[in-house]
Amino acid sequence: MSQMREESVSVSSTIEQAVRVETKRQPLPPRERLEQVFDIQDLTAIYGSKPALKDVSMEVYKNLVTAIIGPSGCGKSTYIRCFNRMNDLVPSFRQTGTIRYHGQDISGKDVDPVSVRRTIGMVFQRPNPFPKSIHDNVAWGLKVLGMKDNLSERVEKALTQAALWDEVKDRLKASALGLSGGQQQRLCIARAIAVEPDVVLMDEPASSLDPIATQKIEQLLHELKSEYSFVIVTHNMQQAARVADMTAFFSISRGEEGERWGELIEYDDTEKIFTAPSDKRTEDYVTGRFG
Amino acid sequence: MSAADLSVLQRPNDRLRRRRLVNRGMELVAWLTAALAVLILGVVVFSVARRGWSALNLDFLTKSQLQFAPPNVKQGLANAFIGTFIVVGIATLMALPFGILIAIYVNEYAPKAIRSVVSLTLDVLAGVPAIVIGFFVFGLIVISHGQSAYAGGFALAVLMLPLVARSTIEVLALVPDSLREAALGVGAPRWRTTLGVVLPQTIGGVLTGATLAVARVAGETAPLLFTCSLVATGTHVDPSKPLQTVPLAIYQLSDSPEPADHARAWAAALVLILFILVVSLTARWLATRSRRKIAQASR
Repeated sequence: MSQMREESVSVSSTIEQAVRVETKRQPLPPRERLEQVFDIQDLTAIYGSKPALKDVSMEVYKNLVTAIIGPSGCGKSTYIRCFNRMNDLVPSFRQTGTIRYHGQDISGKDVDPVSVRRTIGMVFQRPNPFPKSIHDNVAWGLKVLGMKDNLSERVEKALTQAALWDEVKDRLKASALGLSGGQQQRLCIARAIAVEPDVVLMDEPASSLDPIATQKIEQLLHELKSEYSFVIVTHNMQQAARVADMTAFFSISRGEEGERWGELIEYDDTEKIFTAPSDKRTEDYVTGRFG
Repeated sequence: MSAADLSVLQRPNDRLRRRRLVNRGMELVAWLTAALAVLILGVVVFSVARRGWSALNLDFLTKSQLQFAPPNVKQGLANAFIGTFIVVGIATLMALPFGILIAIYVNEYAPKAIRSVVSLTLDVLAGVPAIVIGFFVFGLIVISHGQSAYAGGFALAVLMLPLVARSTIEVLALVPDSLREAALGVGAPRWRTTLGVVLPQTIGGVLTGATLAVARVAGETAPLLFTCSLVATGTHVDPSKPLQTVPLAIYQLSDSPEPADHARAWAAALVLILFILVVSLTARWLATRSRRKIAQASR
């Protein structure tokens, strides 16, 4: 953390006062040199008759942390849950547009959501460990997916990657519910990465955690992104500034009859979003004048 | 507020006094009705115990009924206890898996419209009089295959089914969606999620419902009259024949001219009440435990 502070990027003075941008990142290579993980085209998500998101198009790149920021109700969570078909569980949910994952459309009815979720893992807003032992929390997914060889090694590796191993190695048989909130969330991260997904989606993973636990999880993202691609929803702009390589800003648009929906306003390198946003609404949001 | 205002509070006030009296009166009425409920149970248990106590001994529990017993020969109702155990056991084996599967379908899979239709059906089924169910099973099984413990167990199972299903639906609904999402999120199919994560959470609640249902049907007489009442004497455990059961034994013994039979009917009633009491208390204990477990998981 201290190291990160020293390398804080200096930005134009007014914005710097509002948002402390602390980063430890190399400049991103040009877009065309990055490998696409998701290619989202004209995604519209509807609950019942109410659109939650309209016409979102963007790409998500491999081995980067992509942050989704925006005010409450702008459809951030809905958006990220489209990536692993989590919205299928909501009966009134419909979506149009395409989400290509490594070129293959995963939004169609003919695509099995279970196989999608096997390669696209998820960490949720509130830590939700299974009411099982710490070991079984990580091992359950492995068993379900048939990755039963070297089970204990896989569990240890995942817990180590999630920076939890040293804290729990002596009580793997203890209930996961006895862990602290921050430990539980890291256990959930371990559970997600144990099954070796390609992408890990995180829906406000630190929103219920204290700053120290938050910091640990942010460090994890830095360390793990060489192996996975992360998409993280956050309402915490500093967090996006700290962890994300690319940032998408969503906002709420209002129709003539008072209906509201979420829209992608701007998507760019994190540094650009926070220092030189090209849209006025983004600037208002990241400088704290709105939201 | 000034001191002058406060003095109003201390001044005697008729309306306030009346309110206080009405309040006291209502409290008393509520207390009395609650006490009455306890009293009724107390009187029932006491009067049954007083009359049945004398006949309740080891022989009563371990020896069977005899058709033509000389007065000095000890006989008991062991055959009825074993019969009730078998018939209720058959009912539970049929109703429990069925009820749990219904509940899983309704809570985890069914669209909203079907969910409410099934719920309503279960409510109606729970309200069908026991004798009607007995008659239904009579027409369905007994006419073609004769009476048997299977037929009796099936009739009791029909009674148990809505109880088990409803209570299981309730506990399944208590399991937080975040747990289902957690399981689905690692790529588990729906059935693995239900079996591996959701259902283990509810075991306590399911058992509570099942136990209460057992307590409820163990004392049922009407469905057995049509299905499992033409009982041979002696102890036997073949469920393809009708078996003696405790409620029917009470019914038959109370009809006998022999005073000793009356005492044995009371004793059988006492055993039945105590059994149901123990089972219900077990169910409550299980329920508290499982609620605590679910509360912990959804914290």
